[in-house]
Amino acid sequence: MEAYLRPAVIFAMIFIVFNALIMASAVLVLAERKIMGFMQQRYGPYLVGPHGMLQPFADILKLLFKEELRPKGADRWLFTLAPVLAIVAAFTAFATVPFGAETTLFGLLDEPMKLGISDVNVGVLVVFAVTSMGVYGIVLAGWSSNSKYSLMGGLRASAQMISYELAYATALAAVVLLAGSLSLREVVDNQAGAWFGFIPRWYVFLQPLGFLIYMIAGVAETNRAPFDFPEAEQELVAGYNTEYSSVRFALFPQAEYINMVTMSAVATDLYLGGWHGVPFLTELGLGWLVFLAKVGVILFTYIWVRWTVPRYRYDQLMAFGWKWLFPASVINLLLTAALVLYFNG
Amino acid sequence: MAETVTFYLLAGLAIVASVLVIGQRNPMYSVLLLIASFAALAGLYIQLDAYFVAVAQIIIYAGAIMVLFLFVVMLLNAPQEDAAEWDRLHPLRRPGVARFGATLAVLLVVQLVWALTRIAEYDAAVGGQAAGAAVGSVREMGRVLFQRHGFAFEATSILILVAMVGAVVLARKEGPDA
Repeated sequence: MEAYLRPAVIFAMIFIVFNALIMASAVLVLAERKIMGFMQQRYGPYLVGPHGMLQPFADILKLLFKEELRPKGADRWLFTLAPVLAIVAAFTAFATVPFGAETTLFGLLDEPMKLGISDVNVGVLVVFAVTSMGVYGIVLAGWSSNSKYSLMGGLRASAQMISYELAYATALAAVVLLAGSLSLREVVDNQAGAWFGFIPRWYVFLQPLGFLIYMIAGVAETNRAPFDFPEAEQELVAGYNTEYSSVRFALFPQAEYINMVTMSAVATDLYLGGWHGVPFLTELGLGWLVFLAKVGVILFTYIWVRWTVPRYRYDQLMAFGWKWLFPASVINLLLTAALVLYFNG
Repeated sequence: MAETVTFYLLAGLAIVASVLVIGQRNPMYSVLLLIASFAALAGLYIQLDAYFVAVAQIIIYAGAIMVLFLFVVMLLNAPQEDAAEWDRLHPLRRPGVARFGATLAVLLVVQLVWALTRIAEYDAAVGGQAAGAAVGSVREMGRVLFQRHGFAFEATSILILVAMVGAVVLARKEGPDA
């Protein structure tokens, strides 16, 4: 029984996570428009379904029935490949993110299993490596379209990605130092329990600067406002995806939303204690609910920031990345290393 | 069996992609093929249980350096090379230069053959498996890198710093606002 059940459960988990990521982008589109509407004192989408709940599905159907266009001078292969690369990198990145403690699924399994698609001993780095592959989708889309606006968008994407990846990776390194492990699951399990009985042992309290750097760099990495330069519509029409239509176009925003989810999930694992924090739920084997709630809070913050802060100028983005964010992350890393040596060495 | 098949698949992909990098004339495709070659190499590292090296290969080469390459190719909008003109004008096509290149190629082949015939000797010396296990762990690799090869590591970082300063000096425009 066990021999058949376990692969079935793993397969079901992959199926659920894959579809949850697809649905997450639909929910996020709606949430974004509803929250934006609320912040601007209007209703947002309201016509399709109750309170406009079915709007994203109407959008998807509309996009599916649009004509697929390809500019005459476009590079046939790369133009087709670019959106695929973007979406594949987005889905793959989530594969090593753990989202729950070991569980027997309420006694269904004899041996407990880990909630998470795969458990790699260098998980932190794998997520980082795969998300950094995502930029190729955007850059190639920009180049292969054979359009000035697209090319500018692609150029900006590559420069921005390089600049903010540094600060992002250095912030990650500080957490790895604290945890003494590159495995995301071990990083999360190091955050179980509480100081003085009431402050949860989350790394956000040890790494407030690191968390801030991670979140800022995360916004830049997912190309969202106020750092959405690759598609700055007032300057570049629609940036790298100007020439795309129909499903090919739809894949880009979808990849962006999935990347947001991954970024928030990793932030939850690294800084907010993953599925720890509500003891009685963890004991019931429902820690993943806690995880989902934390991811939701971070996603809300992303949307909140987008509709609150206006877009920077491109040179401001570069200056901020190199002159403030990166030095701050290096100082944070050195301080962390010194303190870890002092207390553990 | 499966290991042998994946090895030859990955190795074949790496070789074919690398040859195509210099074999075809669109600089954009060259960059992409080089990324494919790096990815295949990373796969080979994973087969050797060197997960950290594999991921570092992806992060540093495929994720950062090649993005810079793409940036430069796009910024300069390098045109496709014109075959006829290339054959006539390019400095690398001069007879002396070509002969020098051919000599280097022969040397490389000789070196490769020499190295390949000595693999059995090397395996006996380090005892194959033990070396592989040490590379796998990040902790072990850090120890070796910062203790046994500490000097080389620091010297390399200074070399890179010098190169960076040199690039800045060369690229800086002279003038009042420079």
